[in-house]
Amino acid sequence: MAVLRIDDLHVRVEGKTILDGITLTVRAGEVHALMGPNGSGKSTLAYALMGHPNYTVTHGQAWLDDQNVLALSPDKRAQLGLFLGFQYPTAIPGVNLANFLRASLKALRGGDVPVREFRQELKAQMQRLKIEESFIKRYINDGFSGGEKKRIEILQLGMLKPKIAILDETDSGLDIDALKVVADGINRLRGPDLGILLITHYQRMLNYIIPDQVHVLIGGRIVRSGGRELAQQLEAGGYEKFTPELKQAAEVI
Amino acid sequence: MRQPTISKGDYQYGFHDDEAALFKLPKGLSHRVIEQISELKQEPQWMRDFRLKALAIFENKPMPKWGGGGLLDTLDFQNIHYFVRASERPERNWEDVPDYIKRTFDKLGIPAAEQKYLAGTGAQYDSEVAYHNVREDLAKQGVIFMDADSGLREHEALFREYFGKIIPPMDNKFAALNSAVWSGGSFIYVPPNVHVELPLQAYFRINSESMGQFERTLIIADKGSSVHYVEGCTAPIYSTDSLHSAVVEIIVKEGAKVQYTTIQNWSTNVFNLVTKRAVAYRDATMFWLDANLGSKLTMKYPSVYMVEPGAKGEITSVAFAGRGQHQDAGGKVVHGAPHTTSTILSKSVSQHGGRTSYRGLVKVYPDCEGVKSTVRCDALLLDPESRSDTYPVMQIDEERVEIGHEATVSKVSDEQIFYLMSRGISEPEAMKMIVNGFIEPLARQLPMEYAVEMNRLIELQLDGSLG
Repeated sequence: MAVLRIDDLHVRVEGKTILDGITLTVRAGEVHALMGPNGSGKSTLAYALMGHPNYTVTHGQAWLDDQNVLALSPDKRAQLGLFLGFQYPTAIPGVNLANFLRASLKALRGGDVPVREFRQELKAQMQRLKIEESFIKRYINDGFSGGEKKRIEILQLGMLKPKIAILDETDSGLDIDALKVVADGINRLRGPDLGILLITHYQRMLNYIIPDQVHVLIGGRIVRSGGRELAQQLEAGGYEKFTPELKQAAEVI
Repeated sequence: MRQPTISKGDYQYGFHDDEAALFKLPKGLSHRVIEQISELKQEPQWMRDFRLKALAIFENKPMPKWGGGGLLDTLDFQNIHYFVRASERPERNWEDVPDYIKRTFDKLGIPAAEQKYLAGTGAQYDSEVAYHNVREDLAKQGVIFMDADSGLREHEALFREYFGKIIPPMDNKFAALNSAVWSGGSFIYVPPNVHVELPLQAYFRINSESMGQFERTLIIADKGSSVHYVEGCTAPIYSTDSLHSAVVEIIVKEGAKVQYTTIQNWSTNVFNLVTKRAVAYRDATMFWLDANLGSKLTMKYPSVYMVEPGAKGEITSVAFAGRGQHQDAGGKVVHGAPHTTSTILSKSVSQHGGRTSYRGLVKVYPDCEGVKSTVRCDALLLDPESRSDTYPVMQIDEERVEIGHEATVSKVSDEQIFYLMSRGISEPEAMKMIVNGFIEPLARQLPMEYAVEMNRLIELQLDGSLG
């Protein structure tokens, strides 16, 4: 069973320290919610784990099973079984969804992808996510609405079948109906073979996806970890409640 | 993301045959050289006079000061062979083509392509055409597809009626040069209401070093007919420059339709200075599809003159410039009649200091109401050293028209590369996907075989260019 171990991770972006020692373990079969206010470093953790070149790890480690994730380029990390659901997915004009997914599957599996099987599975998954079939031929994320982009991210999660998925604010920009569809999609994929790190600003997503653990990220540090009830406390009291921790964290930086 | 440190991908057509020319004129251009070419071809007097007049025009015209970024001035007209004869005559049977020429075209896949999806094939080797064939059923319907020298010999009246009428020698310095020393090229006539369903293809190959290739192509599509002509070009890599300067004249009569597709992949020591122009009559459609991947400097602006109502002109071009390459390309649409429409779509990719320019003209004459024209040019830069410029000219002398112009320059963003890599795709593959995606709207307009070929050529250009 896959395990992602993040140990004392420090990350700088454009010369500024954003993450100041993150330690977190996500196992296959678990869902961890990572919550925090804007600017706390949530997306930085996602990008740093996937290997975006602008995010420099200055200290600490990240391992997926026995592989040192940080030593690898993003494509190799994906091949290990890591997945990032983007908060702002990028458009690639001229590359349609089907070709993109096939190229990706080919790279991940290191072999050919039978067309018929692929088509069948793609159509079935698209139906479940209420994505119109015409999207197969559309250029990836090009002119998609915010909600469409997020559904396509979850579609990719389902098709690519990673071991550990980091979902960066998949709920942002979604109306309540779209949120339900996306949450249902994630719940369907949830299972013993997939570990999820669910990054979110709001508690509302967690009404649909019940996390095993909740972590609160403030000022580049996880200031509290707990069960589902922690999210409910946040909902009631807001991040204000953690101001003492916030101040403390700020002093350390 | 790592910036692509790009060296031009391997040019797979860089091989050359040992030169086994039957006859080769010494280097340089003169009155005497022109007369020798005409003599060797046993041409009528009017053609010899035409050539000599054109030479005088060439000598009197100054070198263009625009477009080449100084490269044109490095061109030494006295260091070029203007005529190299490689075979006795154009053969109709592949088996009769001299072996070494056959080997070259075999390597380039010409006979295989002919069998698979062509209605006719021509193959020019240096100055003259070595092989020419058109399917019998088309010949029976009166379709003429032969090399231009044979066209002049066998259909002199038809040839003379149109030759040099669309692009006279006075047009520009290189049109004058071609008019003086032209040799080879294709002559096509499609009779009224005949539709040539499969493409006719000509393949141009420069083999000799310091060679000038000056083919001359004349296409006449009679009323209500249609034809698709495709040309491909390659050359060996030599340390000295070669010159390719063609003239292509096309007459698209009432209701006829012509598509002219070019996949230009000259080696990077070839100057490619070509004049291409079509005249479209009532309800006729001319479509230029122009892909420029090779050459050192290309200057080429296919044009459509719409001279009667309902005529349509479409110019789609893609240019790829790598290290040391300058692609100065684009198109011209001239609306000389009301209710004529045109579209120009230009896409260019530059990498490793390569330079692409879009140069275009939209001209609408007075009283041409109801003209519609759309121009769109998109440039993609793969690294900060590369360059792209746009020189659109609009001369609109009529108010009741719809004219649109849109230009974009984009860079491959780190975010796009990262997004694809996060899905397991390697960096070079990601770059290829983005470039092919950029070209996709244009590749879609090509017949499948050519779209595949173009994608393959673009991937070759990108290969080895990224770690």
